[in-house]
Amino acid sequence: MAGNDVALMAHLMRRAGFGASYEELERRAAAGYEATVEELLNPGNQPKLEMDMLERKFVDWREMNALEVNQAYWTYAMINTQRPLEEKIALFWHGIFCTGNSKCEHGRQIKLQIDMFREQGLGSFRDLLMGLASDPSMVFYLDNCMSHKDAINENWGRELLELFSMGVGMDGEANYSEDDVKECARAFTGWTITNAIPRYPYGRYEAGFIYNPADHDEQNKTFLGETGNFNGDDIIDIIARQPSTARFISRHMYNFFVADDVQVPAWQNTPPRDPDTIKMLEDEYFCSGYNISSMLRVLFNSDAFKNARFTKVKSPAEAVIGTMRVVKDFTSPKPGLHNLASNIRYMGQDLMNPPTVEGWHTGGEWIDSGTLVERINFAADQVGNLELPGVQDMVARVGSEGGAIAAERVVDRCLELLGAYELADETREQLTAHVARGGDLVPGTPEFSQRVGQTLQLIVSTQEYQFA
Amino acid sequence: MTSNKKDPVLVVLQLSGGNDALNTVVPYGDPFYADNRPSVRVPEDQVLKIDDYVGLNPNMGPMKQLFDEGKMAIIQGVGYPNPNRSHFRSMDIWHTCEPDKVGTEGWLGRAIKEIDPNAGNVLTGVNFGRGLPRALAMPGVPVASVGNLASYGVLTGIEEEDQRADALDVFSRIYSPAMGRGGVVDYLSRTGMDALKGADILSTAPETYSSSIEYGSDVVGQYMRNIAQTHLAGFGTRVLYTTAPYNSFDTHAGELQAHAKLWSETSQAVGDFMDDLREHDAADNVTLLVFTEFGRRVHDNGSGTDHGSGGMAFVIGENVKGGLYGEYPSLEADKLLEGDLHFNNDFRSIYTTLLENWMGLDAQPLVNGSFEKFDFIQ
Repeated sequence: MAGNDVALMAHLMRRAGFGASYEELERRAAAGYEATVEELLNPGNQPKLEMDMLERKFVDWREMNALEVNQAYWTYAMINTQRPLEEKIALFWHGIFCTGNSKCEHGRQIKLQIDMFREQGLGSFRDLLMGLASDPSMVFYLDNCMSHKDAINENWGRELLELFSMGVGMDGEANYSEDDVKECARAFTGWTITNAIPRYPYGRYEAGFIYNPADHDEQNKTFLGETGNFNGDDIIDIIARQPSTARFISRHMYNFFVADDVQVPAWQNTPPRDPDTIKMLEDEYFCSGYNISSMLRVLFNSDAFKNARFTKVKSPAEAVIGTMRVVKDFTSPKPGLHNLASNIRYMGQDLMNPPTVEGWHTGGEWIDSGTLVERINFAADQVGNLELPGVQDMVARVGSEGGAIAAERVVDRCLELLGAYELADETREQLTAHVARGGDLVPGTPEFSQRVGQTLQLIVSTQEYQFA
Repeated sequence: MTSNKKDPVLVVLQLSGGNDALNTVVPYGDPFYADNRPSVRVPEDQVLKIDDYVGLNPNMGPMKQLFDEGKMAIIQGVGYPNPNRSHFRSMDIWHTCEPDKVGTEGWLGRAIKEIDPNAGNVLTGVNFGRGLPRALAMPGVPVASVGNLASYGVLTGIEEEDQRADALDVFSRIYSPAMGRGGVVDYLSRTGMDALKGADILSTAPETYSSSIEYGSDVVGQYMRNIAQTHLAGFGTRVLYTTAPYNSFDTHAGELQAHAKLWSETSQAVGDFMDDLREHDAADNVTLLVFTEFGRRVHDNGSGTDHGSGGMAFVIGENVKGGLYGEYPSLEADKLLEGDLHFNNDFRSIYTTLLENWMGLDAQPLVNGSFEKFDFIQ
């Protein structure tokens, strides 16, 4: 197996999924890059998680009421899914179409929204916006249930344009006016829910979406230059065909899957980091009829993507799940899952409870002195645990070469086995010099696994390991 | 590092989950109290009486003593307009002082930036607990977040001391800013060195500490001990923060028993903390704020109480003018707000008093507005 094939596969799996063990990377590399892209883009061909079995072990997964229970479930799903892109695309849309437990206080209701992202997240963007506009969590989160034909509430109408589809502007120009926001909100009057989400005084129960024609504004609206008695679906049709929407979604896709770019509020005036790739995605958006899967296909198969290794800081979910998939812990239900899931929150990403409707800032903004210590200690504790099957597997693979192994070779093998990581020359020299102080490593000796474990710990402590 | 004992220090203890104000500062003299609390009531003969109307929960002995010494201000009926009964949202409002929109910067993060604009001391603000409360969040402000002071640091999972020392040596080399690799990597390097520096300094706190006070083994007791250790070590830390276990005060069911335990531990921790500082002659520049995100429903639910509004807060310290502040909200049915106590005092008035009269800062930009001050700081 050519090392570069595995390294490229490691890159694809980190971005389109949450990383993979070396064994999986070899298997996928043998199947081929494009075949793997196709498999990822068609998650329905792979089995789902067996919820029947899991609910017997995690009884609170039947109700999924509390936030922590949902976070534990999602963590487990990201570690164990055989449909990595399905979970990754759900995380992608969750970061854009933010709905927070802080307001909804109903974990199951938000889980249903995340399920919708799993099911529709790779399909048509227009259909996804329709799903979002009629999602009870979102209707409640952005107050569309409080928007009436005689008294509009602009919250949903504004964020639909600003944060969920077009963005405030591009190429230095505004994409819509304040009047467009109001007209958009008018068109969505009557899009409401059967009952409010708060649990008091009757406990938690799910809301359902309903359209109430009696509360819908039937007058003409003028939206983005078009006039008619628009309803919400007409507005979404108009939004979907805007060049600004193609740009906005393409930039999000680039920032999430390819490389860290400036944060969303800067997009009106700051051009994309890689305009050619954005143009390629915009074109595919229109050619494919707004199909997300088609956009990802051209993206993953592009040189720009393949050459973008280690150009983005891992999100906390990626940092935790990526490490877990390599050390192969929590591959079956067992106690401690809630604690494991909490690490993602400690690192600054409280899943299903983003700080604001703008979601999390990404890239370097994930890192502060507290969250960096959490990342380093978490990963080091995992890879230094010689009882975990994935760690034992890495130790065995390093040792399989037999004889006395030089420090440099051990460092290189560990980097490869963790997912073809690359270190700056100075860093690699420092690590190698450190490992070399104990002399060559001899498989079969008592200290061999310890020293390989320590090498892994130092690698996951580097700046480089924070990048995907 | 600056070490000036006279610099005022603010300690914040957050009671997460929504503490039941009615069973904490008990309006035992109000007939509506017994009417509304057929099941979840503190019996009158057990109340630690302050006056004819209110008294403290019987499990708050040490705090009652501080009150009797004139060192504890009880601020009654605290809240904000249009109370939000979601834990998370209400806590956010307390943290960010943004009741109308969702904010991301914390009032104490902003205060730390005022105190130490160039982040010259990585320990100006220290949090005890995992994950940073939004109150301390502010871009460019490094705040150490300490899960366990005894074992805080980088690569703490490496148990063997020599091995860890070696590993940290490598760590400091690879994070050395001298490598200059540009962009985000440089930022990571600086951050890693900040963390290492903070951890190195903090790790000395338990070593230099000795005290006759034995704190409880509960989380609040241990974190209050860590706060005392950090303060006594003289690192120049000005803001110290900790949180009672996640949502522990959320007493929907079995409240009487749970609440008794919570206050017995919390009050003991507060009393121990003050005793500890006094024993070391280090209490005179410390003020402690104890708050919760909201109070609970006036009428009980048979076993506990549901989310309400109109909470209470305590401010404790040698420089505090003890007593009752603000009016106790009426329990009369027609004066309630959707079954909850109506707040009389905006929480930002407490912050403003602490920031201006204690910390010596201009509060207006830190709490997003001008609020009337209390006179609980001498």
